[in-house]
Amino acid sequence: MKEPIISIKNLSADVEGRQILKGVNLTIYPGEMHAIMGPNGSGKSTLAAILAGRDGYHISGGEVTYCGQDLLALDPEERACEGVFLAFQYPVEIPGVNSTYFLKTAYNEIRKHRGLPELDAMEFLKFVKEKVKLLHLAEDLLQRPVNFGFSGGEKKRNEIFQMAVLEPKFAILDETDSGLDIDALKIVSEGVNTLKRPDHAQLVITHYQRLLNFIVPDFVHVLYDGRIVKSGGKELALELEETGYDGMIPAAAVPA
Amino acid sequence: MTPMNNMTETKPNVDREPRSTEFSLNRTELALSEKNANEPAWLLSARKAGFMSFDELGLPTLQDEDWRFTNVAPIEKMTLAPVSKPAHHGVTEKALGQFPFTALAGSQLVFVNGQFAPELSFLAPLPEGVKVMNLAAALATEPTLVEPHLCRHASTDTNAFTALNTAFFQDGAFIYVPVGLAVAEPIHLRFISTAQDHGTTAHPRNLIVAGRESRVTVIESYVSLSDVPYFTNSVTEIVAGGNAVVEHLKYQDENQQAFHIATVAAHCGRASKVVTHSIALGAKLSRTNIYATLAGEGLECILNGLYLTRAEQLADHYMIVDHAQPHGASHEYFNGILADKSKGVFHGRILVRPGAQKTDAKQTNKNLLLSDHATADTKPQLEIYADDVKCTHGATLGQLDDESIFYLRSRSIPREKARRMLIHAFAGEIIDRVRCVAVREELDRLVWDRLEQNQPITTNP
Repeated sequence: MKEPIISIKNLSADVEGRQILKGVNLTIYPGEMHAIMGPNGSGKSTLAAILAGRDGYHISGGEVTYCGQDLLALDPEERACEGVFLAFQYPVEIPGVNSTYFLKTAYNEIRKHRGLPELDAMEFLKFVKEKVKLLHLAEDLLQRPVNFGFSGGEKKRNEIFQMAVLEPKFAILDETDSGLDIDALKIVSEGVNTLKRPDHAQLVITHYQRLLNFIVPDFVHVLYDGRIVKSGGKELALELEETGYDGMIPAAAVPA
Repeated sequence: MTPMNNMTETKPNVDREPRSTEFSLNRTELALSEKNANEPAWLLSARKAGFMSFDELGLPTLQDEDWRFTNVAPIEKMTLAPVSKPAHHGVTEKALGQFPFTALAGSQLVFVNGQFAPELSFLAPLPEGVKVMNLAAALATEPTLVEPHLCRHASTDTNAFTALNTAFFQDGAFIYVPVGLAVAEPIHLRFISTAQDHGTTAHPRNLIVAGRESRVTVIESYVSLSDVPYFTNSVTEIVAGGNAVVEHLKYQDENQQAFHIATVAAHCGRASKVVTHSIALGAKLSRTNIYATLAGEGLECILNGLYLTRAEQLADHYMIVDHAQPHGASHEYFNGILADKSKGVFHGRILVRPGAQKTDAKQTNKNLLLSDHATADTKPQLEIYADDVKCTHGATLGQLDDESIFYLRSRSIPREKARRMLIHAFAGEIIDRVRCVAVREELDRLVWDRLEQNQPITTNP
């Protein structure tokens, strides 16, 4: 049996005293793509944020093992160096930080971590220009400040572009589809599909089934009130589309 | 490049009588010398008006609304001795090399303690008719070019320091670009203090005249080889004719004990484009007054500024943008990065006169506090007498954005590096507005180095 990329066991977490995650269990193996679906407030984004290492969450129980390591003990930058990537639901605009400079710095941090020589500006530029094409992004994006003045769709594409550059072993896509029109959605999905590798894994978080027409997951999980209440294959997403979340939630999971 | 052999030291027109080096700012001791009598009458009367205005105003106090955040009392307490004799200053070309913008290809005029140093100055090839010389020389040789502008734009009515400069200035730079000509390389005016005595004072006076449809870039840098407190009180008048494009950058890096007061008064003509940058890195106390008069229709004026302070430094920027004609655009962008117990002050007044319709005035002041003890005072002021205008102002005060730091960290950039990147970016918002590429690139390096010095690596930010 292969080693899982990530194994989440009974993870519970709260924010400012309010419990958001109430025992999440999820194991993802190399080559797999998992989708987590759930209504607003179910804890989807909290799970993504905790995996990436955002401050402000209190882990009240459980553990997360990533490639044999205790993920929760690592700083966000250490997680990134180890191959964890979060495509943000709301990417931050950073005026004044040039996109190429930012990506080169990030890329070289990861190379340093892996004991590889850093790329110089010319080498990096050549490398990165290939990746820009993949997402149908204008090359001038590289000269612009990170996400600054980007449209919603450009920001989301930029997240996947960064993913293409940093080549994470485990990518979490937090509602990457939200706010995208159908054309942008196709481009983003195409990008994500191209980046699939048998030794990597992806976790796609989404509110709507629409994305899963383009990115076909191996497994679909329904998160409700801080727990995964149902898991299945890709057909589960279609079922959800028909019945809605209400039809999916077992009586036991509905809070009193 | 031609060395300025032909530019001999002209005798400054103010008092050169040997007199007490103890020159106190006690107003009763201020009197215009008889020797000014050899100056043109118009200048003499401007000096007298300046003196009388200073006599009436006195140095401002904290009770003065325009100076309420900046206490200049220490200036009054100093013994302010104007250097009136061109002593051998001992500044070599090699010593100059340590200062910024040395390598720029354009002309350079060097002033040591306010005195013109022709042996350190040089002129790059300039289009026929362009004048780049010291002001004292220009008063003697080009009076008809100087008279229409000198002392006409920097008002002595309300600003005691401008009044003082007008009464006592000895020299400075004169730049004249005739109609339709462009000076490609930036002209660098370098002011170096080598003050040995406490309170040594210089009153540099510059005049930049850009004719209709001309283009010029001017840098004024104020640096120091001194380790005592001294006082620089400069005034620069800029006149931009119709369609002229003028970029002006003042780079202030006086020593940490110095007092630096400066006035930049720009008179902008129809459809001109005037950009001024004020970069304040040095001095114990600095105050830059910028007065922009938008005197023609359809022009654009950008006032851009960056101040980095540490220890107990204070950097103050005060500006009045006077929209006198319709369809004018003015944008003010000032960012401050404040460490330790230092203080930043921003005071921006936008005046839209009756009839100045379709004015588009924007003002932003952002302050990044790197320490709990740093402070920033910001005071925007809009005075609008026209009804079809767009005026906005905004000010922010704060620390680095946690969400941005997390974003960078999530992409593998370590926390400390992420912080520095964001601080640099904050400065970059201002630096990016410098149009002259060579100047912008050098400024970027200078600011980066200074940020590293001002904010040493902290393990627990």
